[in-house]
Amino acid sequence: MSRFDWLSELLARFEDEHILVRRGWARRLAPAHLLQIDAEDWGKAAAEAATFGCRWAGLWGEHLEEEIQVNACLVFKGDYLVLRTEVPAGEPLLPSHTPHFPGADRLERHAQDLLGLAFGDHPDERRWTRHLAWQEDEYPLRRDFPVQGHAGGETPPDGEYPFRAVLGSGVYEIPVGPVHAGIIEPGHFRFSAVGERVIRLEQHLGYVHKGIEKIAVGRDAEGVVRLAGRISGDSTVAHAWAACQALERACGVQPPERADFLRALFCERERVANHLGDIGAICNDVGFAFALQQFHRLREIWSRRSGERFGHRMMMDRLVPGGVAVDLDRGAAETLRTDHQALRTELERLYDILTDHPSLEDRLLGTGRLSAETARALGCTGYVGKASGQPCDIRHHSPYAPYQRLEVRPAVREEGDVMARMQVRMEEILESLRLMDELLALLPGGEVRAPFHHPGKACEGLGMVDGWRGEILTYVRLDAEGRLAHFFPRDPSWFTWPALERIQLGNIVPDFPVCNKSVNGSYSGGDL
Amino acid sequence: MLRILRQIWHTGTITEPAPDCRDPEVEKAGIELKRIIDRRFGGSLAIREVDAGSCNACELEIHAINNAFYDVARFGIHFVASPRHADVLLVTGPVSRHMEAALRRTWEATPAPKYVIACGQCACDGGEFGISYASCGAVENVLPVDVKIPGCPPPPLELLRSLLAAIGGA
Repeated sequence: MSRFDWLSELLARFEDEHILVRRGWARRLAPAHLLQIDAEDWGKAAAEAATFGCRWAGLWGEHLEEEIQVNACLVFKGDYLVLRTEVPAGEPLLPSHTPHFPGADRLERHAQDLLGLAFGDHPDERRWTRHLAWQEDEYPLRRDFPVQGHAGGETPPDGEYPFRAVLGSGVYEIPVGPVHAGIIEPGHFRFSAVGERVIRLEQHLGYVHKGIEKIAVGRDAEGVVRLAGRISGDSTVAHAWAACQALERACGVQPPERADFLRALFCERERVANHLGDIGAICNDVGFAFALQQFHRLREIWSRRSGERFGHRMMMDRLVPGGVAVDLDRGAAETLRTDHQALRTELERLYDILTDHPSLEDRLLGTGRLSAETARALGCTGYVGKASGQPCDIRHHSPYAPYQRLEVRPAVREEGDVMARMQVRMEEILESLRLMDELLALLPGGEVRAPFHHPGKACEGLGMVDGWRGEILTYVRLDAEGRLAHFFPRDPSWFTWPALERIQLGNIVPDFPVCNKSVNGSYSGGDL
Repeated sequence: MLRILRQIWHTGTITEPAPDCRDPEVEKAGIELKRIIDRRFGGSLAIREVDAGSCNACELEIHAINNAFYDVARFGIHFVASPRHADVLLVTGPVSRHMEAALRRTWEATPAPKYVIACGQCACDGGEFGISYASCGAVENVLPVDVKIPGCPPPPLELLRSLLAAIGGA
């Protein structure tokens, strides 16, 4: 199968619909393919792409001089296609992609709040990321908006967000958050319930919006990778990797092979650590504290090893543009291999208990079901997509270095319930252990960092990495001086948060913690 | 059930002097902390953790001090669900402007005497995010802070030690 063997067919369909495609810059975002289209065709193109079977993977825009450039990313058969158009900054009207791709909803509203884009036929005109820290007619990502903002003094609480009310006899609302009861990130959940059963869940996020896209502007490559490592702390490696990839592609820098292998090693370690924590937490949310204690014990052992061998328990700031900041010292490979085997032995015993424990089955089987259609429509990747029959794992479908040299076997299930999401994690840990053994066996020698050079002209790049939550997509544009002109990291949580709203439907209020944990969206990763 | 009991027996009590897992530094820091908590707080220190804009890395390490290795509860420290039950607010993150009011309200809901601990680099000085249209920067820009625990994120042992210093000096 060759890459983009389907593109001519899609282009033929575009032509049938009289969508004018300009192809001058097709390889600018390689390995993605870039198509420039007219703003008026923006909606039609999405409609065609949806019928064609594309997955919608993100939207971002940049305020240039007189116009706003808008990009949307589509994926088909593991190939990335970027649609690009421009609208005048004075009248930034664009047809919405949401009617064709429901997963586009929040990212379009994010672009509306931060950039002032207006999506004419968007089914939901409400704000999303904006609370009350800036005015309705102000757009932080516009060039004339100062990074310090205009507002002085205290920011008032956002008490006026227009939740959709559910009317009917016996319907009551439960507001939760932003400050939750546990050690957890802030966000608001509004449940409408009848008795114990939830008939609507609406999320209101954006509480940890830190202006990441804005404060990235003007940074150098190292600075932006450091920032990327703090988009979502639990995915520090994956986000830093996606940013490095985007920067390196933009500037034509090739990291040494050894660095690719070490990045993958760190990324798989991150996956194992988070999955261990999540499995324990899912079980704990249905009262099985034994699993919490056991899995968090394993996670702690794992984190200590990361700290000891790589200098940071989460491997934060270990990735740098051009490579990695830390090498594997002599003897480390053997230690890690022994760790992998020890963890396998431990897991064998624990998995045995988890998979044959009636009270756990009773609570997890059939709870919080996400149908394959909804998962596909929303563009869910990672364990949420995989547990609902969506095999997308870009380590397998669009392999990047070093995964071309390994064969990743995605764990896929059809049931779509909490149990399936836990089982995908269980299988992924074993698969990661296998991959890490292979990475260590194949680890090439040599340098771990190549000098990072900027080509001396404006350039742009797109990075795609499979983090433990799923596909991360990161766009960068550098100006002629090598400073960041635009940065957009898209966490997989953008698509799994809306999935949680649907997962909770028909389930009882007390099952919300376990449904939520089984999805474990990142608040920080999506609020930016 | 037998398998569960076997696994528990097999794991042992990793927080007690089990040779493979014991961390003397945790014990030392913890015991002194316990003495201080006993004296000042009647044996119990209730912490309300507030993420005011963190990237969630600090949350992971705060979770870790509850795992069986550190088992912070044995020193009388426990995390509570409501600020109304808390002696201490443990605040992470630069304070995002969208969390500013929620953080103030949480502080107002905490009964005096109360302590505010800024946890992590961002909470101490704004960290990587600083002050912007979206961020108030350090926690002390919003609330009176008693103690700062730097680190990005502070590792669990550092958290324990700093809590000790915090309560000792408070």
